[in-house]
Amino acid sequence: MSYIPHTESDRLKMLEQIGLETVEELFQDIPESCRYPELNIPDGLPEMVVKKRLKDLSDRNQSSDDALWFLGGGLYRHFVPSVVDAVLSRGEFFTAYTPYQPEVSQGTLQALFEFQTMIAELYGMEVVNASHYDGAAAMAEAALMALRCKSGRKEIVLDEGIHPEYIEVMETYLAGSDALMRKGRPDDNSACFITANPAFTGEIRDLKALAEECHGVGALFIVHADPLACGLLESPGVCGADIVTGEGQPLGIPMSYGGPSLGLFATTKKLIRKMPGRVVGRTMDAGGRAGCVLTFSAREQHIRREKATSNICSNQGLMALAAAVYMAAMGKQGIRETARLIYDKTAYASLTLGQLEGFSVDQGSSCFREFILSCPSPAADIADALQKKGIFPGLALSRFEASEYRSAYRENDLLVCVTEMNSKDEIDRLAKALTAAAKGNM
Amino acid sequence: MDQNKISSLWELSSSGRRAVRVPASDVPKAELDEKLARKVEPELPEVSELDLIRHYTRLSTLNYSIDTRFYPLGSCTMKYNPRLNEQTARMAGFAASHPYAPESLVQGNLELLYELQNGLSELAGFKATSLQPAAGAHGELAGVLMIKKYHVSRGDKGRTRFLIPDSAHGTNPASVAMGGFEAVELPSDGRGNIDLSKLKELCDESIAGIMITNPNTLGLFEEQIIEVIETVHACGGLVYGDGANLNAIMGVVKPGELGFDVMHYNLHKTFSTPHGGGGPGAGPVGAADSLKDFLPGPIVVVSEDDPDSYTLAKPEKSIGRLKGFNGNFGVLVRAYTYFLSLGGNGLRDASESAVLGANYLMSKVKDILPPWYDRICMHEFVSSGQNLAEGVHTMDLAKRLIDYGFHPPTVYFPLIVPEALMVEPTETESLEILDAFADTLRIIVKESQENPQLLHDAPHREMVSRLDEVMAVKKPVLRDILRL
Repeated sequence: MSYIPHTESDRLKMLEQIGLETVEELFQDIPESCRYPELNIPDGLPEMVVKKRLKDLSDRNQSSDDALWFLGGGLYRHFVPSVVDAVLSRGEFFTAYTPYQPEVSQGTLQALFEFQTMIAELYGMEVVNASHYDGAAAMAEAALMALRCKSGRKEIVLDEGIHPEYIEVMETYLAGSDALMRKGRPDDNSACFITANPAFTGEIRDLKALAEECHGVGALFIVHADPLACGLLESPGVCGADIVTGEGQPLGIPMSYGGPSLGLFATTKKLIRKMPGRVVGRTMDAGGRAGCVLTFSAREQHIRREKATSNICSNQGLMALAAAVYMAAMGKQGIRETARLIYDKTAYASLTLGQLEGFSVDQGSSCFREFILSCPSPAADIADALQKKGIFPGLALSRFEASEYRSAYRENDLLVCVTEMNSKDEIDRLAKALTAAAKGNM
Repeated sequence: MDQNKISSLWELSSSGRRAVRVPASDVPKAELDEKLARKVEPELPEVSELDLIRHYTRLSTLNYSIDTRFYPLGSCTMKYNPRLNEQTARMAGFAASHPYAPESLVQGNLELLYELQNGLSELAGFKATSLQPAAGAHGELAGVLMIKKYHVSRGDKGRTRFLIPDSAHGTNPASVAMGGFEAVELPSDGRGNIDLSKLKELCDESIAGIMITNPNTLGLFEEQIIEVIETVHACGGLVYGDGANLNAIMGVVKPGELGFDVMHYNLHKTFSTPHGGGGPGAGPVGAADSLKDFLPGPIVVVSEDDPDSYTLAKPEKSIGRLKGFNGNFGVLVRAYTYFLSLGGNGLRDASESAVLGANYLMSKVKDILPPWYDRICMHEFVSSGQNLAEGVHTMDLAKRLIDYGFHPPTVYFPLIVPEALMVEPTETESLEILDAFADTLRIIVKESQENPQLLHDAPHREMVSRLDEVMAVKKPVLRDILRL
């Protein structure tokens, strides 16, 4: 199939206007030896056939909708109110471009402005930008920003409990700089200290204590904070964060095998000129009417070229819209209640599963959404056995190889994820299934 | 309440009102350390579902979009976004699949990614492709880091500079800087090509590579592309292709066959996936033999022990991960849907029609807005507003187009053309639309001579007219005013 409207007579008319005989002549600047190569790609297919093919592929995947689901590890199954996709599906939003012409982009601009406001409220921060690629890229950009803010300091210090894939992404991003990444505590060589709340393994951090330690040695305090958890936990801003990053996927975005998701990024007014990414601001037109524009673009690549704060250009505008609609739909009460449900269910699950014979949970602090369940045998084996039955008990942490940036995970560790979507009954069923699996009865 | 006013979410808000009810808890309430608990509630809006639908529907009407208007935004490729792509991306097996599900349970995803990788490699003439980067600029960073690692892996450590033509996208020098290189600007010659003699002067052992957009941002195919690539290769540098403009040459020429070592594809431009007011995009990178082992990973490979099963693997000397998980998968589903729909012949037709449309439009307005370089253009052309009436700028013309219901073309880019106006009609716009646009440009140019004020004050009919961007920086308001 094709989406080209031109008829044969249109083509002839166009060629005549240009003064050419054939379409091929339009490509005369291309070296002849390379022009019109052999193309080993099958011909196009009708819509009906394409749809069938995609449906067949889709059906060969496990959907989280059709399973007992406790698998997380950075991307989560959360409830998405119907209104979110209804808004996203409006062509006026999803088929618009980056709002460079503000007069004809007030819809996108106001939506992003409201997105910034809501994230600022959750994070307790002054400035939020309108979206990075994902949580990992946002954290990497935050590390680069810290290097700009603290010239002379080369160290990026990581707390325990940073997502292993985020560390890999940061390693890639930092390959272009002379920065050094290490784990441990910050000192006066450190540009920043990065922690995650909750940590990758679910523990809730005492951010205030970490902020004091960090500021005591003059390093920036960067918190990777879960936006939903902020409905319940003290905001990173109140605790003293200089930069907050996050993964916005829990805010109304489907898992989609890992993307697109949404990188959240917030900072203080003081640091705005060092911040990467797009920002929307409110201003006035000549008639005194309020409107929004992309602003502080003097930091950006289209003006500053190689001196820009980042090369980020296309980002995740539509995902920011999804997060905005989600936050507005849940509202003040909904976010708090959802965060509370997740916290309570996580506690119930860790208590229930930790009491099973041969299993234990030894995380001292309280956890949000995830916790490590120590199993009596390799977690991967238990997960494998259960997954064949449509039960996804969690993430076997042995999939992550040991790294110099974090302690190794134990072979028997299973990262169990509980969200508002999991009922008490489901948790109890998981308990039974784990017991059976441990006894080799699956 | 004024029904014509566009309110903010907070103006619509009323304490206790809500759109979503959260189910009652079926587990006991857990203790939370007071020290960790939030003290002040976040001021999120409190609205009903209908409030929300109305709010966002009204906001949507303030946007120009491909679904509502002609959007000839040069270098950004605003073509029709087929609805089929949206339906397939939302299929539960794709949308509700998890990146850490066992590979055996996501073979559909892996097969799709594998086919897309191979299809892109074949289309552009590369050996291998990684789908990981989330946007074009992300792909650029990947390519720059691959070139860096390539030189270092060969013990060639003195290559600190990267050549960037003066017509380049701003992301190019920014990506090079993020990769730790010095960007060296390369001038264009009198026909809008890279200045070959200047290139020869600059090429030495300090050059890590060159980043070329081809067709370039002037909408022109580099006439001496083979000599350019040979010159850079001769000094030991590698060649990065900014594939932003692949839309013009699909099936007509393969960049890999021209000698490019690595190139990104902007799937959100070329493969009809929607821009969504700024993304998400996808910027896969294709690599020739020289660089395929350095691609960011993981990529999909066929299992060694079972030719019918797919698995994720990291290329041998990979620069590593650029993004958590598996790239912007949902965008890749849309792109793959488009790829199957059009096929090899359809992709070539799309490029041919895009180039035909651009040349048609250019020739229709040549007399009033002469192209900066008088050559056959590719999928876009660049004119200059320099010969508009005294005191009338390209921006004025762009804003006046809004009054006639057209989205303005790209203005003031590329930077080397004074008062630049860059038009890209794309292959999905009909002859009637192109004619209407050309006629409107003619009317506006006439207006600019008779009543320039009409242009200066444009747009006249939108909710806001030209906004004070200086004030936005001087007195920043970056969030809604709450708690007043």
